[in-house]
Amino acid sequence: MEEERIYTISVYTENNIGLLNRLSAIFLKRHINIESMTVSKSEIEEVHRFTFVVNISEEQARKIIGQIEKQIEVIRAFYHTDDEVVYQESALFKISTKHLYDEEIQDKLKFRRANIITITEHYFVIEASGSKDDIDKLYDRLKPYGLMQFVRSGRIAISRPKMAISELLQEFN
Amino acid sequence: METQTAVASKATTKKTVHISGAEAVIKCLLEEGVDLLYGYPGGAIMPIYDELYKYQDKLQHVLTRHEQGATHSAQGFARVTGKVGVAMATSGPGATNLITGIADAQIDSTPMVCITGQVWKHLLGSDAFQETDIIGISTPVTKWNYQITDASEIPEVMAKAFYIARSGRPGPVLIDITKNAQVETFDYEYKKCTSVRSYKAKPTVDVNQVKAAAKLINAAKKPMIVFGQGVILGEAEVEFIAFIEKAGIPSAWTILGLSALPTDHPLNVGMVGMHGNYGPNKLTNECDVLIAIGMRFDDRVTGNLESYAKQAKVIHFEIDPAEIDKNVKTDVAVLGDVKDTLAQILSMVDSNTHTDWHQKFKDHDKTEYDKVIKDDLYPTKDGLTMGEVLKEINIASKGDAVIVSDVGQHQMVACRYAKFNQSKSNVTSGGLGTMGFALPAAIGAKMGVPQREVVAIIGDGGYQMTIQELGTIFQTKVPVKIVVLNNEFLGMVRQWQQLFFDKRYASTELINPDFVAIAKGYHINAKKVTKREDLAEAVEEMMTSKDAYFLEVAVEKEGNVFPMIPTGASVSDIRLS
Repeated sequence: MEEERIYTISVYTENNIGLLNRLSAIFLKRHINIESMTVSKSEIEEVHRFTFVVNISEEQARKIIGQIEKQIEVIRAFYHTDDEVVYQESALFKISTKHLYDEEIQDKLKFRRANIITITEHYFVIEASGSKDDIDKLYDRLKPYGLMQFVRSGRIAISRPKMAISELLQEFN
Repeated sequence: METQTAVASKATTKKTVHISGAEAVIKCLLEEGVDLLYGYPGGAIMPIYDELYKYQDKLQHVLTRHEQGATHSAQGFARVTGKVGVAMATSGPGATNLITGIADAQIDSTPMVCITGQVWKHLLGSDAFQETDIIGISTPVTKWNYQITDASEIPEVMAKAFYIARSGRPGPVLIDITKNAQVETFDYEYKKCTSVRSYKAKPTVDVNQVKAAAKLINAAKKPMIVFGQGVILGEAEVEFIAFIEKAGIPSAWTILGLSALPTDHPLNVGMVGMHGNYGPNKLTNECDVLIAIGMRFDDRVTGNLESYAKQAKVIHFEIDPAEIDKNVKTDVAVLGDVKDTLAQILSMVDSNTHTDWHQKFKDHDKTEYDKVIKDDLYPTKDGLTMGEVLKEINIASKGDAVIVSDVGQHQMVACRYAKFNQSKSNVTSGGLGTMGFALPAAIGAKMGVPQREVVAIIGDGGYQMTIQELGTIFQTKVPVKIVVLNNEFLGMVRQWQQLFFDKRYASTELINPDFVAIAKGYHINAKKVTKREDLAEAVEEMMTSKDAYFLEVAVEKEGNVFPMIPTGASVSDIRLS
């Protein structure tokens, strides 16, 4: 069995109800857990982009790409290792205002590229972005203050190699 | 939705007509050349059925006895004609009953369009009567699916559905139409779909890959071809035969490739796979170049991949890029429609005969004949064999019949022994292994090629899964010939229980009804044969009958199908007993 590692799978698609189901079914059928997923528009008008993060072998990644590209509304799919992408995740932390003037917390936030984006009488909200590890570390440091709520986004990623979608769309027609 | 359907360049100016969505569906079917469809009405699709009533002189609707039967009939029709089969059902249970046939069509690449009714748009998600999420349910087993909630979408989506179902690697498409979209009126205009942005039906052929394949083939001393349904779906039979005859390469088939090459062609070396022929299985692991054409290296074909053709260079001619290196690593992948790629390679390959290599297949054939085939076709012991029934059918059909088989022992026997002179003649459920497929598929096949004889060969188990379609045969008077090979067992499972589970026959014995009485209940001519001396005459009577005919043959109860590659074993470990 080939070694498993984290792959970012980027899928350029038409915008269509049901396509998410179609794509997730491909992972489901092969018993692959999706670590994270993000859907957004892309650099091309009317073309959407799915970003999946999965822990699989390269052979699995290659086959998954084949199955994804087979779907009618998929324009093209790519897989990349972490070295081949620039990526980020975002997180929000909701903490009680009684800790707001705690010096330690202020120091931690400076260090972690985090910002306070809302302060109310009862709580404040910290926004942070970075790699999954960065956010995990900040999570561990903020946990002692009592997290009232925590949420993290799926990965967003830009590939270092080119993904030539515009050219491909020309070729299809 | 953003449907970027390109428009046929020489679109004739058509007058727009103001009609209902339901009538538009019928007009779309007629535009696509559909004159026959299978289905079952119900609440959510009644407006379309009402239009079918008005258009019945142009479009024949066959009422099956179950929606599953409608899909298999549409599949049978598609497989013998190469056209898109059409099945229709209502929402809820009507739609879910289509799923087995859709899954079967997906894995066997059969072009099919299924139309389902759906509850009103404003009721979607309210758990309305007979509401089911058929888009969600059918997603993993369709090439494409789409829910229409507005009548104006109908022409473009229907055009796209037929284009997607038939182009590239064919497959099933499901279109779900809410009831409001059926009753609303709109300005209808039809334009055929000729391309879809984001979908490339056929990969562009890379001539360098064709050259690389030719180079390997020309250098080969022991080349072998395994061809699949791609040759049939690509209608590339002529190109295929020209290629193999020039290059002199022994050619074996998968069960879905069967009939693409006449059974008696000198280069036809038989079937590969679990119950395939001895020679092509053994020699898969001796050839130096393995040329796969329009096939997908199913596990029933390859056996254990760790010991499959490891010594050979592998060339794969394939239309679906996702099949390349999926199961077997290829040295040269020739992407494209085999009709194009085989035509291209013809001038690049050297003439050859490979006489000594071909002799090896003949030697193995002799071994198989002595140890298996002789006793299957010319048994001397008591108890009728499935093989001798096939032999009699061959004599009567002279190889010109369409043979539709179900799933199990009789299917393997039918594929091993049936003779075929022409393509699109073998209809069977390959990938999904759907018991109950054959009876409804035979109905569709006979309606697709009414001038040809269509013989369904079915086991006593599978027959009872869709036996209600006898009603469809009676009502439509479609003259199909039905042979049930009755061993009073789920024979293939029983064979495995015998060989691998110490004969613990768990739930495989069947206590069967009087099949002849049942057929007669549907006013179908019927006969049962229990003795060898009556077999030939009974088969002859069935084959010459102008009407539908049911023939039950009581075969030996515990007969086994050999050769056999046990699960997990190598193709070269094929057993003869």
